[in-house]
Amino acid sequence: MLDRGWIGRELPPLEVEVDRWRLRAFARAIGETGPLHVDDAAARAAGHRGIVAPPTFLFGLSYDMEDQTGFLREMGADVRHILHGEQSFRYHAPVCAGDRLTIRSTITDIYAKKGGLLEFIVRESAVTDGSGRRMADLREVLVLRHPAPTEAA
Amino acid sequence: MSAAPRFGSVQVGDELPVLELPPVSRTTLSYFAGASGDRNPIHLDIDYARSAGQPDVFVHGMFVMAGAGRLLSDWAGATSVRAFEARFLAITQLFERLRCTARVTGKTATADGGEVELAVEVRNEKDEPKLAGRAVVSLK
Repeated sequence: MLDRGWIGRELPPLEVEVDRWRLRAFARAIGETGPLHVDDAAARAAGHRGIVAPPTFLFGLSYDMEDQTGFLREMGADVRHILHGEQSFRYHAPVCAGDRLTIRSTITDIYAKKGGLLEFIVRESAVTDGSGRRMADLREVLVLRHPAPTEAA
Repeated sequence: MSAAPRFGSVQVGDELPVLELPPVSRTTLSYFAGASGDRNPIHLDIDYARSAGQPDVFVHGMFVMAGAGRLLSDWAGATSVRAFEARFLAITQLFERLRCTARVTGKTATADGGEVELAVEVRNEKDEPKLAGRAVVSLK
């Protein structure tokens, strides 16, 4: 069973730069060819600081840590059995190439269903830019599947 | 990408143009892992996937959501998506062909246009649901 003591814990904040090369690689990987996402001149002509991040790009930045599963293993998860259950984004301002962002994440809930066969981990992340402006909020629900019934804790 | 629709021309019940993605290959998953930064080996390494009881590597949920995100931003404009939430309903396996759809479910006028609510779905070629969600986009 996952350690409920993690509820309310904050992860170390992430300082990330939105890399132009990575944005273009992301667009290529998902088949996005919209000029504002891939063409610097088009993005600047439209008044943006650089090419614009596609709507789901920030999820990857929220895992921009050296050990991506460390916090999950620490709370007791066998990370091989984790699936992504839900994801939500709220956008307050466009994220563009060159932006320097801070991502602060908190584990806001851990709960079980199906008699403990499934456990859910909720992580909420706030994304701000260098001036402290709120850029986006993310909410992620991970599902940990226990292949066999868990032992009574 | 074409010009974004005007708020006034959008009606509840309208369907967005369907976005069909090519069959998802291992190559696509490796590019997506590298660019998105999701390094989970369950999507890249068949030995690891088998150790987790999976028959093979499988597609990142966020790759599926990215397809639906493309549908939204290509229609409404690159900076017009205000909110986007999704539930992942089933694992997407290699070589499945994903079909991203969205339908207008609500409209709210604002000072300079309005906000449009959408129901979003992704299904495979057998019409099995992979993702269900909702989004809010702003239009002029």
